[in-house]
Amino acid sequence: MSDKVSPPGPREAVATGEPLLVAESLTKHFPVRGGFPVRRTVGAVQAVDGIDLTVRAGESFGLVGESGCGKSTTGRLLTRLLEPSAGRILYRGRDITHASRKQFAPVRSEIQMIFQDPYASLNPRQTVGRIVSGPMEINGIEPPGGREARVQELLETVGLNPEHYNRFPHEFSGGQRQRIGVARALALEPKVVVADEPVSALDVSIQAQVVNLLQRLQRELGIAFLFIAHDLAVVRHVSHRVAVMYLGRIVEVGTRDDIYGRPRHPYTHALLSAVPVLGDGASPRERIRLTGDVPSPIAPPSGCRFRTRCWKARDRCAVEAPPLARADGSAEGHLSACHFPEPPATADSGGAVRPGGRSGTAGQPGRG
Amino acid sequence: MTAFLSVRDLSVRFSTEDGTVRAVDGLSFTLERGRTLGIVGESGSGKSVTNLAVLGLHDPRTTEIHGEIMLDGQELTGAPESVLEKLRGNKAAMVFQDSLTALSPYYTVGRQIAEPYRKHTGASRREARLRAVEMLRRVGIPQPELRVDDYPHQFSGGMRQRAMIAMALVCDPELLIADEPTTALDVTVQAQIIDLLQELQQETGAAIILITHDLGVVAGTVDDLLVMYAGRAVEQGPVREVLRAPRHPYTWGLLGSMPRLSGSVDEPLTPIPGTPPSLLAPPPGCPFHPRCGYVGAVDGGAGDRCRTERPGLPPGRGAACHLPEELQRSVFAEQIRPRLG
Repeated sequence: MSDKVSPPGPREAVATGEPLLVAESLTKHFPVRGGFPVRRTVGAVQAVDGIDLTVRAGESFGLVGESGCGKSTTGRLLTRLLEPSAGRILYRGRDITHASRKQFAPVRSEIQMIFQDPYASLNPRQTVGRIVSGPMEINGIEPPGGREARVQELLETVGLNPEHYNRFPHEFSGGQRQRIGVARALALEPKVVVADEPVSALDVSIQAQVVNLLQRLQRELGIAFLFIAHDLAVVRHVSHRVAVMYLGRIVEVGTRDDIYGRPRHPYTHALLSAVPVLGDGASPRERIRLTGDVPSPIAPPSGCRFRTRCWKARDRCAVEAPPLARADGSAEGHLSACHFPEPPATADSGGAVRPGGRSGTAGQPGRG
Repeated sequence: MTAFLSVRDLSVRFSTEDGTVRAVDGLSFTLERGRTLGIVGESGSGKSVTNLAVLGLHDPRTTEIHGEIMLDGQELTGAPESVLEKLRGNKAAMVFQDSLTALSPYYTVGRQIAEPYRKHTGASRREARLRAVEMLRRVGIPQPELRVDDYPHQFSGGMRQRAMIAMALVCDPELLIADEPTTALDVTVQAQIIDLLQELQQETGAAIILITHDLGVVAGTVDDLLVMYAGRAVEQGPVREVLRAPRHPYTWGLLGSMPRLSGSVDEPLTPIPGTPPSLLAPPPGCPFHPRCGYVGAVDGGAGDRCRTERPGLPPGRGAACHLPEELQRSVFAEQIRPRLG
């Protein structure tokens, strides 16, 4: 595996920390149709409901949540694979929310995507060379030295044998296929890569190989990543900043240490405590047991959407949706959407929910 | 006295167009009532096949099974289908990973729970329905007398998994095999299901085999652990000991590959290089040697033994590895442990 990666091409450079991809009150409602004899819209799946987030140049931004929380929809909205219902998307200050194909063309190459399923996301009838050079072909890019040379360079970058240029996807294992998907995403030297569950289909030992690859690329090429995943440990490992989603809304956002070490939203706290960890079994971990399931996004609860499963919910939560804001005692940039946030953590900020109830969640919910 | 479930030298081979797949090769383990055995391994390690073989759920035309499977004194390998039929759903039951495909979409949840009960106990429709309601209540489905008439698609993922557990437990099985029962579920629901399995085990005293790829899930749940690689058991022992001081380089690799929720994040993960071998032609000697970083440490350097001689798995606590036990301990303590954070 080559250790060095060639630096990005001589396009407009971006300064680290510059807001690259910004979502403002981004919303996606999928209409639900029904009725007889005339089918009409009877409701909407509120997949994403007014979220704000910023991915900065060179950073890795993690988006976590359980299935159906809208994290993948968010990724698809930001890459313009879905048309938003409301809100704005800005790329380097330019409004691309409803940009036409033509208007979007110059930006398209700078925002790329890596998909979850390495089996479904590669065309089985195309050679690896064709798959990886596809984006260059579509965008009419002729790299110096030719496309073939560039593809071979990319294959080497992602740790594949450049001589496998003429092979087909079925000749590769799952981990290798995911590397092909990564090479394709890198072909246009993007500034932002949206990776939707890029490692969740892989076995642990292979997953670690791909995680290390993505981290190395992020570091060496300075690409910003929006890393969408349900696995909290993987997200912690790769992300500088993390946002937690629940039922179409962001409930908490902050640096990795804020989220994993000092969570303020009860949902974040419960989520972290539910992850099974490798302990020695000697010190029992605090476990918050959430009851029930996530409500339907067709008819989400009023007010705070988490209130139906929250042990702290009071009358106010049903009436008033809590804004995503900085709670007392939170660090700069650490925002949470809760009327009754968890107490700020004490001095020890080791970076994880500690065993033995550090945050003193009084009145823990019983199990259903 | 012999163990409640004892598997000795089990081999499972499938004949395919490309040749014979050695899915499981020389596997042995025992399990007592009231205990939980965790079997971990990656895809293709043989962990599911082993348990399908125990229940006779394989295709006899293409599958060859050798070895001995004794359940409560009864030999199951080569047992006629009529014997296995009486056993399945009654004395031994299984919970599958994907509840959407394991439940039939055409029948109500209640009917699917009641059916094995009627078949094995000869109960009437009415009794079986009451039993189904009771089972749904036991697994924590709200309003069971109403939900019993729902179809699977009307249940959420977590509820379906509960319904499947109710179906598996309806005849009070003494052996429950749970194959990745929480893999398709979200973490908050996963925690509920794991708790439920443990509670039910305390009530019924059943033996449980929990098959998973997630070492985190077994850590707090099982008593004993069996680590499988390429169809073979590579390490076994009480779960705390295996996780605290693992001895096989493959187990080290698994632990090093896992990102953590606490500790340092500056270190890159230490994945296992390469990919698992094809089971059509498993490597000679130790199946892990092509990916193992410690081959050179065996017998003073050449590592020929790893390439030619298959290491045995000591009974009880131990690893199937040619590294001397002393070295297994010291390498883990000095080289692996510090990297795990």
